[in-house]
Amino acid sequence: MEYKLAFKDYNEALKRNELLGLKCRECGTITVPPKMACRKCASLDMEVIKLMGKGKIQTFTTCNVASEGREDELPYIILLVELEEGAWIMGNLAGTDPTTASMELIGQKVRMAEGRVFPGDRYSAGEGTSPVFRIEA
Amino acid sequence: MRKVAVVGVGETKFSAAQEKTSVELFAEAAMEAITESNLKPKDVQALFLGNVLGDFSEGQGMVQVFAAENIGCRNIPANRYEGACASASMAVRDAFMWVASGFYDIVLAGGVERAAAMGTALATRTFAMSSDSRYEFPSGITFPALFAMLAHLYAARYGIPIDKLKEQMATVSVQSYHYGMFNPKAHLRKEVDVEAILKSFMVSTPLQLHDCCPFSDGAAALILASERAAKKLTNRPVYITGVGQASSGPLANQQDYLPRLQAREISSQQAYNMAGVKPKDIDVCELHDCFSIASLIAAEGLGFFEYGKSGEAWMKGEAAIGGKVAINPSGGLKSKGHPIGATGAGQVYEITKQLRGEVEPERQVDGAKIGMTDTLGGDGGTLVNMVLRCGW
Repeated sequence: MEYKLAFKDYNEALKRNELLGLKCRECGTITVPPKMACRKCASLDMEVIKLMGKGKIQTFTTCNVASEGREDELPYIILLVELEEGAWIMGNLAGTDPTTASMELIGQKVRMAEGRVFPGDRYSAGEGTSPVFRIEA
Repeated sequence: MRKVAVVGVGETKFSAAQEKTSVELFAEAAMEAITESNLKPKDVQALFLGNVLGDFSEGQGMVQVFAAENIGCRNIPANRYEGACASASMAVRDAFMWVASGFYDIVLAGGVERAAAMGTALATRTFAMSSDSRYEFPSGITFPALFAMLAHLYAARYGIPIDKLKEQMATVSVQSYHYGMFNPKAHLRKEVDVEAILKSFMVSTPLQLHDCCPFSDGAAALILASERAAKKLTNRPVYITGVGQASSGPLANQQDYLPRLQAREISSQQAYNMAGVKPKDIDVCELHDCFSIASLIAAEGLGFFEYGKSGEAWMKGEAAIGGKVAINPSGGLKSKGHPIGATGAGQVYEITKQLRGEVEPERQVDGAKIGMTDTLGGDGGTLVNMVLRCGW
């Protein structure tokens, strides 16, 4: 059975600042990142949709210790965002100083600003893209 | 299904980077377990071995076959388990099932890791491989970062000011360091107070160095035997009376439960139900405190304390020896250490010793009859729980 929204297509879209997801035709749940089966009801009947890229910060951290080869990115903020469509997604936060990020971030409205490409390292099978959010003015 | 007992246990010291190979480390733990069981290597019918990073730490795949042959368990089936930090518990659970089923009578289970030997940068990278590599690693996720996000979420969800939560988390670390002081096999043996914890390096907000367990080298091993075999080998068998294991997907997709971990709640219920016990029946528990916040989340998921209240419980001494349930009298991952592929077997080692009354008096839970283990792999991706009971 064919995989409806493969990593490659999802990733290419994210690089264009387009967040794709899957909408379940049976229960209406949005699954992102893509899977074979709906994350809620396991139905295979899902359609690819474009998500708004807007949501609310659920949690965050400022990371000061990176994986081998990613030290130059420090410090950076990682987030879990609840998208308006209901799904949570991991991403980064731009436009906020990581060294002063505090609990006040939680609950703030954000919008996806760009897809930031991690070019990959010797272990990863090529690149991957992180959705980067900004706080909505 | 047959009853299955732990009849012998062995463990190396958990430590900073050291020079023994994985095979050598496991061989030491395994022979201790085999000898304690009054057995010879030829009596072992199969090996179930947890190992996560051998491919990276010493370029060694298939460590299980070299380990089996090395200790004289020639030609037996040898299986490796990889479920990040829960690997050894997966191995023990499978070993349990094969003996319970009647297929084997005597098996060796355990784990080994040289995590400290890898250094922080490579260890951080390879640990992060247990997060979603394509959809979450690009954001720079690390294990401290993921539990750091759970800490902030925990504070927000339960309405606990972050400074108060940090004090509660520090209390968890203080207790673990304290018990580890008396454990000769512990990696970090020092008293650390709240002030020192709150002054330590900020790894990933709000988690500081002393909120995090170390990367450790070490191995642990157990002999499991059917009830009939066990009765011939020892007059103090420790029965595994309940087991559970469950999985979850990438962190963001666990959204409906976070900061709770659904896999733990499913897994521990399986173990409780199978053993016919409730959280209040547990005398001593070794739970997965890879980070201080992880202890709070675990103790609640296991049903020991109310959601959002376990920090207070630690501060009141309810998680200490003499409290409601003695948690991590070994020093836990925080002090005893975390050789990830061996950690779960190390927890069973500790519970077995506790139930037999064989640990140092300063950290012995007197009269403990029922113990529990809790091992978490990845970002809640794998959870394994076991309930153990005195068989005498």
